[in-house]
Amino acid sequence: MSQYSDVTFTLGKVALAEPCCVPKALLQVSDLSIAYGDRKVLETVSLDIYKGCITALIGPSGCGKTSFLSSINRLTDLIPSATTEGTILLDGKNILDRSVDTLSLRRRIGMIFQKPNPFPLSIRRNLELPLREHGLKERKLLREKIEKALRDVGLWAEVKDRLESSALSLSGGQQQRLCIARALVLEPEILLMDEPCSALDPISSAAVEELIIRLRGRYTVVIVTHNLAQAKRVANYAAFFWMKERVGKLIEFGQCQHLFDAPSDALTAAYIQGIKG
Amino acid sequence: MNRSILFHWSIDHYLHALLSALALASAFILLLIVAFLLIEAWPVLSGSHWQAFFTDASWYPLEEQFGLLPMLVASLTIMLGAMLIATPLGLASAIFVTFFASGFLLRSYRLLISLLAGMPSVVLGLWGLTVLVPLIASYQPPGASLLAATVVLALMILPTIALAAAAALAAIPDHLMSAAAALGMRRKTQILNVALPAARLGIWSALLMAMARALGETMVVLMVAGNVVQYPHGLFDPVRALTANIALEMGYAMGDHRAGLFASGLMLTLIVLLLAWLATMITARSSSYE
Amino acid sequence: MSERLFAMLIYLAAASIMALLFWILADLSYQGWSHLSFDFLIEEPANAGREGGIGPILSSTLLIIAVTLLAALPLGLAVAIWLAEFTRRGDRLGQSVRLSLDVLAGVPSIVFGLFGNAFFCIYLGMGFSILSGGLTLACMILPVLIRTSEAGITAVNDAWRQGASALGMSKSSAIYHILLPAASPAIAAGLILGIGRATAETAALIFTSGYVDRMPESLMDSGRALSVHIYDLSMNVPGGDGAAHASALVLISLVVLLSIVAQGLTDRYLKRRLMV
Repeated sequence: MSQYSDVTFTLGKVALAEPCCVPKALLQVSDLSIAYGDRKVLETVSLDIYKGCITALIGPSGCGKTSFLSSINRLTDLIPSATTEGTILLDGKNILDRSVDTLSLRRRIGMIFQKPNPFPLSIRRNLELPLREHGLKERKLLREKIEKALRDVGLWAEVKDRLESSALSLSGGQQQRLCIARALVLEPEILLMDEPCSALDPISSAAVEELIIRLRGRYTVVIVTHNLAQAKRVANYAAFFWMKERVGKLIEFGQCQHLFDAPSDALTAAYIQGIKG
Repeated sequence: MNRSILFHWSIDHYLHALLSALALASAFILLLIVAFLLIEAWPVLSGSHWQAFFTDASWYPLEEQFGLLPMLVASLTIMLGAMLIATPLGLASAIFVTFFASGFLLRSYRLLISLLAGMPSVVLGLWGLTVLVPLIASYQPPGASLLAATVVLALMILPTIALAAAAALAAIPDHLMSAAAALGMRRKTQILNVALPAARLGIWSALLMAMARALGETMVVLMVAGNVVQYPHGLFDPVRALTANIALEMGYAMGDHRAGLFASGLMLTLIVLLLAWLATMITARSSSYE
Repeated sequence: MSERLFAMLIYLAAASIMALLFWILADLSYQGWSHLSFDFLIEEPANAGREGGIGPILSSTLLIIAVTLLAALPLGLAVAIWLAEFTRRGDRLGQSVRLSLDVLAGVPSIVFGLFGNAFFCIYLGMGFSILSGGLTLACMILPVLIRTSEAGITAVNDAWRQGASALGMSKSSAIYHILLPAASPAIAAGLILGIGRATAETAALIFTSGYVDRMPESLMDSGRALSVHIYDLSMNVPGGDGAAHASALVLISLVVLLSIVAQGLTDRYLKRRLMV
């Protein structure tokens, strides 16, 4: 467990992210291209996702960041026309290979969506369903795991007396934290987040961001965000995507601080400047 | 817990296989129906027998006379007559629901229309037989006639037209009606010159669906049309429809007679499907406009 | 035609439709009410149905509907799930299954009767029986059941599908725990339409489940449905009008009652699993 896991952050005063101690690649992406039918959205992306670190994917809308994210847990399979090329190695095994069992893969790689999507079930059932699905039946253990996950996302105090009420009765921010708890309860190794704060109001957004920072060190997180300040606050590494000839490309990848303070690519610099100005 | 990400057979694959088999089985029912109609009708379809359906003067199955034309004409006449009554009433009902009624009136009217839509046709037939037929008979016997069948059948297909036309009117984009209102058009003009033309494809499809239902209906025509095989010469003539003929004679038909009934069923199905196909083609066209 | 005349015509049309419907209902009640009693519901018919009750006929009707639903509901749900979740848009096989169901939906009910007679009664040797009648009706209501449920399942919020998928849940449990419960209003609607059509159907039953008005002892017995009973009383039994009207009242009430039960059961077994 890293030094960050027990640190509590207060709103508004968040320490600048530092790179992880010893970078060790958990995912190795090489030459990844994604297309929907004839339309290429992402071309020849190569980068490493480091264990225990937060990697932020930044760049304008429509340059393939979300597609990149969903290829990591093979959620691209849900889109009939989507095709992928290249490799993403996890434990030396190519995730994109047809022989990979997507259910087990997704159990190891959780995902949080832009819009909170709790199931129309009770709060408890939302967490219990994935656990039962993966073979956990023992009541006591289920209860413990559910409580732990809810504590992890700071929701326990708010919902412990209403576990049987509908998850849809929670506020937007609470729903998103419940979705994070639902992903964490399976103890995934990697957490994919697709603009997890963009559909939330500023206060909920800050709460979720704080939670993401607390995950650093314990989980490997890949987060898509349009909010550069947020990327700067939470991430250890950053990858900058841009459209070139109508196809998304990875322009620059590196330590977050480095990418923001001394970008090596002119495009990156312009993008960061543009946002600032 | 097993953390291997290698492929293994999961419940989804079994479910997929099972469901695919069931889906194919359900599609197979149609083939089965067509096959059995063809097999049973084959004795009269093979060779040149089938021409007899149109050349024989009339339907005297026991004398090997299989002329279907009088009954086909009766079926079509009843259907067209019913459309003639039900179309204006159904359209007026749709206009009423879309542009005139609101609140409690709208809710109760809708409820009653759906009650009429769900009314078993045998009950409508019963009403026709015990109320309408004596009424007509008191004016001109025998009562069970083309007119009675037309009126009761009109009642049966009215909700089909009313509901589908109302759906077509409701699907008109709001801005079209606001534009018409902004031009200072009177409500009558808005409805007749803007709304109805805009919804015309949906309305045509509703009318074709109603025609298909009317041609395929058995009980109403069986109970109130009089069931005499003849070309209709007047509104008060008793006639026999194709569907009623099947229902009347299936109980005792043997050999070629039975085959003739199946052949008439096959013909009926083809006409009805043609109408239904036209209706879906129109719907497909109207949705491709959007 | 003036604005006012137009409005008057529209109101007149709506009012006359209502008047006709009330006329029918009033006539049914007036002629049937005196014949209606609890004994009427349970007694055997006597004197060709002019006297006595409809006990065996009601039993046969319920048995026929039970056979219809037992055959059509599981098959219908399975095909609806397959169409909505296991075929992709534009998939050839899915499209041909959809097309054949749409064609099936257009087949006139008397033709289902012909088919049922030739296939179930004669070819499969079931004879005139409750089983033959029920299975014939099952073929008839299958399309409406499938297409309504399919539309309901397809309309379920995609975010829940993605959410379940991202948690590594199998499609099967997503369907069982979330999609089917969320689609339950549509499934109930399809079920109610199907039950309504099956209960009201006459033509398809005359030559499949038959005319016999004794109490059925098994599904292989011939059994007269309520709608067939009404037809027989009104056409073939002089003086049977009172009983026919009373039976018609029972038939309409049965359709309404079964719809309420169907709604209740789908709520209980599907919707209750959800918390919205």
